[in-house]
Amino acid sequence: MSFGFASPLTLCLLLLLAWCIVGLTGMVRPLSLALVGRTLFPLGALVGAALAVVAATSLTQAPEQLVLPIGLPDLPVHLHLDALSGVFLVLLGAASAGISIFAAGYFRQGEGTAPGLLCLQYHLFLASMGFVLLADDAYAFMLAWETMALSSYFLVTTQHRIPEIRKAGFLYLLMAHLGAISILLSFGILQGGSWHFTFDAMRAAHLDTNWATAAFCLALMGFGAKAGLVPVHVWLPEAHPAAPSPVSALMSGVMLETALYGMIRVSFDLLGQPLWWWGLLPLSLGLFSALYGVVFAAAQTDMKRLLAYSSIENVGIMFTGLGLAIVFAGVGMRAAAALTLIAAMYHALNHAFMKSLLFLGTGAVLHATGERNLGRLGGLIHRMPWVAWLTLIGVLAIAGLPPLNGFVSEWLLLQSFLFSYKVPHAFINMLLPLGAALVALAAALAGYVMVKFFGVIFLGQPREPTLQKAHDAGFAERLGLAWLALGCVLLGFFPTTVITLFGTVTKQLGLGELPLSNAPWWLLLPIPERESSYAPLVFFAVILVVVALATVSVRFFYHQRLRTGAAWDCGFGGLTSRMQDTAEGFGQPIRHLFQPLFFIVRELPSPFDTKPRYRLEIGDRIWRALYEPLGPLVRRVADKVAWLQQGRIATYLLYSFVTLVVSLALML
Amino acid sequence: MRVFDWIVQLMGIALALAAAPVFLGWVNQCRAWLQNKSAPSILQPYRGIRKLFHKDAVIAQNASRLFRLAPYVVFGAMVTAAAVIPSIATRLPITRAADAIALVGLLATARVFLSLAAMDIGTAFGTLGARREMMVGFLAEPALLVVIFVVSLTSATTALPIIAERLAGQSLVLNPSLAFTAVAFTMVLLAENARIPVDNPATHLELTMIHEALLLEYSARHLALMEWAAALKLFNYACIGFAVFIPWGIATSDAPLGLTLSVMLLGVKLTVAGAGLAFIETVSAKLRVFRAPEFLATAFLLAVLGLLVRLLLGE
Repeated sequence: MSFGFASPLTLCLLLLLAWCIVGLTGMVRPLSLALVGRTLFPLGALVGAALAVVAATSLTQAPEQLVLPIGLPDLPVHLHLDALSGVFLVLLGAASAGISIFAAGYFRQGEGTAPGLLCLQYHLFLASMGFVLLADDAYAFMLAWETMALSSYFLVTTQHRIPEIRKAGFLYLLMAHLGAISILLSFGILQGGSWHFTFDAMRAAHLDTNWATAAFCLALMGFGAKAGLVPVHVWLPEAHPAAPSPVSALMSGVMLETALYGMIRVSFDLLGQPLWWWGLLPLSLGLFSALYGVVFAAAQTDMKRLLAYSSIENVGIMFTGLGLAIVFAGVGMRAAAALTLIAAMYHALNHAFMKSLLFLGTGAVLHATGERNLGRLGGLIHRMPWVAWLTLIGVLAIAGLPPLNGFVSEWLLLQSFLFSYKVPHAFINMLLPLGAALVALAAALAGYVMVKFFGVIFLGQPREPTLQKAHDAGFAERLGLAWLALGCVLLGFFPTTVITLFGTVTKQLGLGELPLSNAPWWLLLPIPERESSYAPLVFFAVILVVVALATVSVRFFYHQRLRTGAAWDCGFGGLTSRMQDTAEGFGQPIRHLFQPLFFIVRELPSPFDTKPRYRLEIGDRIWRALYEPLGPLVRRVADKVAWLQQGRIATYLLYSFVTLVVSLALML
Repeated sequence: MRVFDWIVQLMGIALALAAAPVFLGWVNQCRAWLQNKSAPSILQPYRGIRKLFHKDAVIAQNASRLFRLAPYVVFGAMVTAAAVIPSIATRLPITRAADAIALVGLLATARVFLSLAAMDIGTAFGTLGARREMMVGFLAEPALLVVIFVVSLTSATTALPIIAERLAGQSLVLNPSLAFTAVAFTMVLLAENARIPVDNPATHLELTMIHEALLLEYSARHLALMEWAAALKLFNYACIGFAVFIPWGIATSDAPLGLTLSVMLLGVKLTVAGAGLAFIETVSAKLRVFRAPEFLATAFLLAVLGLLVRLLLGE
């Protein structure tokens, strides 16, 4: 399909501009919630859906480039649209459509930033992510990357009157810039002495191994900081809870994935042929992040923090896939590399839908109850059935349960791990399959976390009397949730279609396609000689038929008498909602098992205390070991450097003189 | 012979549905004999299920729809698993819909629904049971997956029927990695089916129970479905074990004679396995709940060791 009048790239560009215009329109009447909520956010959602459609059609077409003569003289903006950008644009468009619709009903008056300004920041954030994906030179990329970081910083600090949120925003900004500097340096190496910063020049540049390795490591550091890879994850559990829920959804569901895009772009496209052992770094960091994230998620009591840690886990899984793909590509196992890379990208696409869905679900709960603490929620499935059931889909998906989408990408990743014993390097080929065991462990733990998340919020009895007054989400919010839930279901049911689309990416990256054509469309058979197949539709149909038959035959052969009574209280009576297991209690086994990972401060009351108090504080060891000493260190260095500031004009003139002489000496 | 394939498939499902409670009855009978008790009839689980179906269902006042849906989902998942596992024949229509990894996912789906339903009422027992069930599950599931990896490396596939075919075709040699994984698998089986070192199926003592705590609020037809699903789960695990470790005799074609033989062999395997299970349960003591993770971590590490041995020894 083509759009006669304009190429897909031009259309994408126009749609991104449309986002900017939608955002700017919000500034016409910044305080009008009606304009922003009823008109602009739905418009933004439409633009998102259109972007997804355009990007999806571009996947079947050849890559195209565009040079826009804007910006500095002699430095035009290079843009391009290939399959890799296309796939991530689909992700951006489709996920943001649901989030924007939800946001239309979400933002209310009197909460921090004015709605119009919020609308501008939000759509600027969306557009900048789009430009990141389209950029074809380092300048354009960094400009879009920084706009993305800054606009999201302002979105995170929407409630800037609260000191914790300002602090979280600052931490985010700091880490974002640390990452940006790394990426900038990486681009600086990649141009390889040609001093041309277009991506084409970088592809053509020949780097020796050391420089290429340095570029790869810097890129990993930079993109890892944006993605929230351990140990540069510290901003993530602070910033996600601070931001309004649609913003958390965008950051977690889309922005983290742009980091994966950047990493794939650098390692498979700009660096040309990656070396196999580079892959071990993202692989081990990814595996560690996956486990670390999920273990910490299990211990959280704030629902948005829990999801933030779960994002770290999912990012870990994506980077595990990326690392493994690099290893495979480096040793020339192209088919295996293609499969693994597809698994990583599939997981990114899945994560965009399921994590956005969950964050929006927490947003709806937050609005209905004003409560983020799991210890004060419960039983909301009765008061908020729409939110509860739609969130349940996201919960089952992210727990990696078939036939939903989270399972497909994990299945693909596990399948690709089964190739790893063929890597022709001793020891490595024995250690790699163990990664599969860790992925399996992380996936199973994700199930634990999600049962805790859903069970404590939506099931059981309300832990506070005020929860009885909770109301279900409005129409726009339901629509947004339903869109994302539908995405989770469809991505789970039609894996072959999705993988065929991803196939163009791996083909353009020189890894070839997966041989899917020799199986029927409903059967996922990525490696024909292995005969491992998965057919989610059949799978679901069988379950459905059995459930239906069981229901009908129970009704037919027996009866359907049903009475309601009080819950079993062992005959003592007085069962209260405080007797349910708490979020802390649910996390206890994990805390106990993975004790070395946590920094735990525990205050236990002695039997003689008149006012017994129990306090438990769970901290992040990495934060204490790595980041806390950093502050005093910076201060000390700053003190030393302050010696330069003598406060006398003569000294400063001397500095200028010395600088001049040195630069002259260098020039000559 | 497509139609015949489907008939065999349906027969397999019907056999699983029918045989699962009998298998459970057999294990209980053996256990009673070993413990010098008078044994219940082998059909006792059937009677229990029948009795439950006839009763009026009572559910708690604040139960949501999820609570009433869960028994059907859990039962459906277990029947689907029975359809996927090659218990009597390998080349069946539905078996292609899910490989061993998807099968593990299916069992996890059942577990998640069971735990969510237990949390739905909001009593102390239910939530406690859910927490413990998930604690057992998150260690047992990866252990089972690693077991499957080891077997997949040996047979170059993750499709359970083809694993069974390829392993049955190999000559009978003692494979050290399979020995490790067999032990790990048995431990997972014990834990996942609430058998003795981890949970006691015969107790209602609050402090120790896991599986019974989950079902505490269920009654009548819902409970019957849950009990039946639990019996099916045990049967399914046994059949996974047969397909992976003693695959000989599972019919690879749809010749009626082979199928008959396969059903009879399955009966023999189940009889022996049931007696073995009862023996393990009799000679071991129930672990404290806090020790259960150690037990499962041992299973996980054994499976990983099996994987390492497999990779060390090569083909």
